[in-house]
Amino acid sequence: MRPGQIAIHASLLLLSFLFLFPLVLLVSASLSSETDISRYGFTLVPRRVTFDAYQYVLQEPSQILTAYAVTITVTAIGTAAGVLVMALLAYPLSRPDFSWRRPLSFVVFFTLLFSGGLVPLYILVTHYLQINNTLWALILPYLVMPWYVFLLRAYFAGLPRELIDAAKVDGAGEWRIFFQIVVPLSRPALATIALFCALTYWNDWYLALLFINNPALVPLQYLLYQISTNIQTLQTSSQAFGVTIPALSAQMAIAVLAIGPITLAFLAVQKHFVSGITLGGVKGD
Amino acid sequence: MNIPSLLGAKRSPVVSAIVLQRERWRLANANTKRDVALLMMMLPGLLVLFVFAYLPMFGIIIAFKDYRAYQGVLGSQWVGLKNFQYLFGTDDARRIVVNTLAMNALFIVSVLVVALAIALLLKEVQGSSRWLSKFYQSTLFFPYLFSYVIINYFVFALLNTSNGFVNHTLEAVGVHPVNWYQSAQSWPVILTLVTVWKNAGFWSIVYLAGIIAINPEYYEAATIDGASRWRQMWRITLPLLKPLIVINLLLSIGRIFYADFGLFYQVTRNAPELYPTTDVIDTYVYRTLTTIGDVGMASAAGTFQAVVGFFLVLLSNWLVRRTEPQSAIF
Repeated sequence: MRPGQIAIHASLLLLSFLFLFPLVLLVSASLSSETDISRYGFTLVPRRVTFDAYQYVLQEPSQILTAYAVTITVTAIGTAAGVLVMALLAYPLSRPDFSWRRPLSFVVFFTLLFSGGLVPLYILVTHYLQINNTLWALILPYLVMPWYVFLLRAYFAGLPRELIDAAKVDGAGEWRIFFQIVVPLSRPALATIALFCALTYWNDWYLALLFINNPALVPLQYLLYQISTNIQTLQTSSQAFGVTIPALSAQMAIAVLAIGPITLAFLAVQKHFVSGITLGGVKGD
Repeated sequence: MNIPSLLGAKRSPVVSAIVLQRERWRLANANTKRDVALLMMMLPGLLVLFVFAYLPMFGIIIAFKDYRAYQGVLGSQWVGLKNFQYLFGTDDARRIVVNTLAMNALFIVSVLVVALAIALLLKEVQGSSRWLSKFYQSTLFFPYLFSYVIINYFVFALLNTSNGFVNHTLEAVGVHPVNWYQSAQSWPVILTLVTVWKNAGFWSIVYLAGIIAINPEYYEAATIDGASRWRQMWRITLPLLKPLIVINLLLSIGRIFYADFGLFYQVTRNAPELYPTTDVIDTYVYRTLTTIGDVGMASAAGTFQAVVGFFLVLLSNWLVRRTEPQSAIF
């Protein structure tokens, strides 16, 4: 290694450490006792490791479990339905022989350029559709993301035409061609889109902030938001047990529980993330 | 396909005309069948777009009405530009527009510079250790996965007044602790750092992909000519990366009128003391709609954003088309 390269490695290592720093702080706080946090503040390494915060959080787990269930349901349904609906929307737009290709591409594309904004959406959902306080309000608004539709369209357009033509000669209908030829061939692209959809749903708190006030339908991220704005949520429930309130460390423990699955998922499928980014970032059309 | 040639020469012109006609019908029929099947596929998606994208677009008429929930959107009274007059009569309008533009400009430049720097560094170590360069990429991309709710927890661990890491460190070196969540002037820097931390890794992967796509022969030739690494970066990598940089810049400028709601709402903990620097159009619309309940003002601000934003997107695309025709989005 040249000396220049060693310097570059050193600076990248330093940068990586800086990027991980807040995460380490958070995990450390979740493993600290409340008294240590108030005495020494947030530290990189806990003075004494204790699982009190996790024990506390999980001793009355119904709220967190409900939130987990809501998030998992929304993520699973939203991702599966979203990928299917977007793929079905994208595929005809990739077919040069489809008569409505140009006008309908524009219909999808225009939503990228212009949007009505928050107020009309809010009134539509709460006043006209009246799906606030239902799971629909957490799923439907993100179901079709035009940018991903165009990524899928570009991918489908790159599939060999001969396969589709051959299937047609054999008398296969359009739906059969889609499900038996196009979908299996497009697995990498669909997996990448599914990954980003799942991330969007898993991380969403915005739709809940707007449309949910039924505690049974609060997703994980929104629960975390409520906890951070209102530590009362924890304190009132803990008074019933007559224990000391590990407020800060408990908050951090819940945050760690929320990012755990995403971290594991990321480590498992990193490759797809990177290919997804370069798919969308470099080639926009 | 040359249909008459299939019919043989013996048939009379009338018969062949009829056969030709039938063949045309058959083809037209097949085309219609195909189009209908493909349209049916698109139906669910188009329906979602119609309800959640197009209906709200028509909803911008709310900004020109005195909206009353019991009268509905269509039944409410038209009031012309009154909502806009109210909005621009307040000091808020100037503040939220200036904050949105200034903060976004800060973010665009900072993320670009840091992401490019990381990409260039990553390029230099690409060959030396696969494992390490994977590790850097993953680590630097990692923050992109977190929602702003989670990021709020991170920032709170660093900045909270009594036991945050930053204040404890300041105290340890004898500096007075700062009440971060009440000092508005610090937040342009704090939010820029957060944005860079969250997004630089993502964009560095995009730029690194652009760098890897550069033909290695350029570098080989430059090395033979004795050009230093530093010189190669300035003379080869950056010039060849310029189109990608320009496009990303222009696309971000097209979105400069839209703020990242989560960043400004969650990370600041929506602290009113911070509004002088952190209140942006999106947080203003949200607050005006849900907390204050002033639909008129909120929709005026939202419509103003949508219209200006639309023209900025058109403008940026026009500029992309002029600089890099193949990269224009439309």
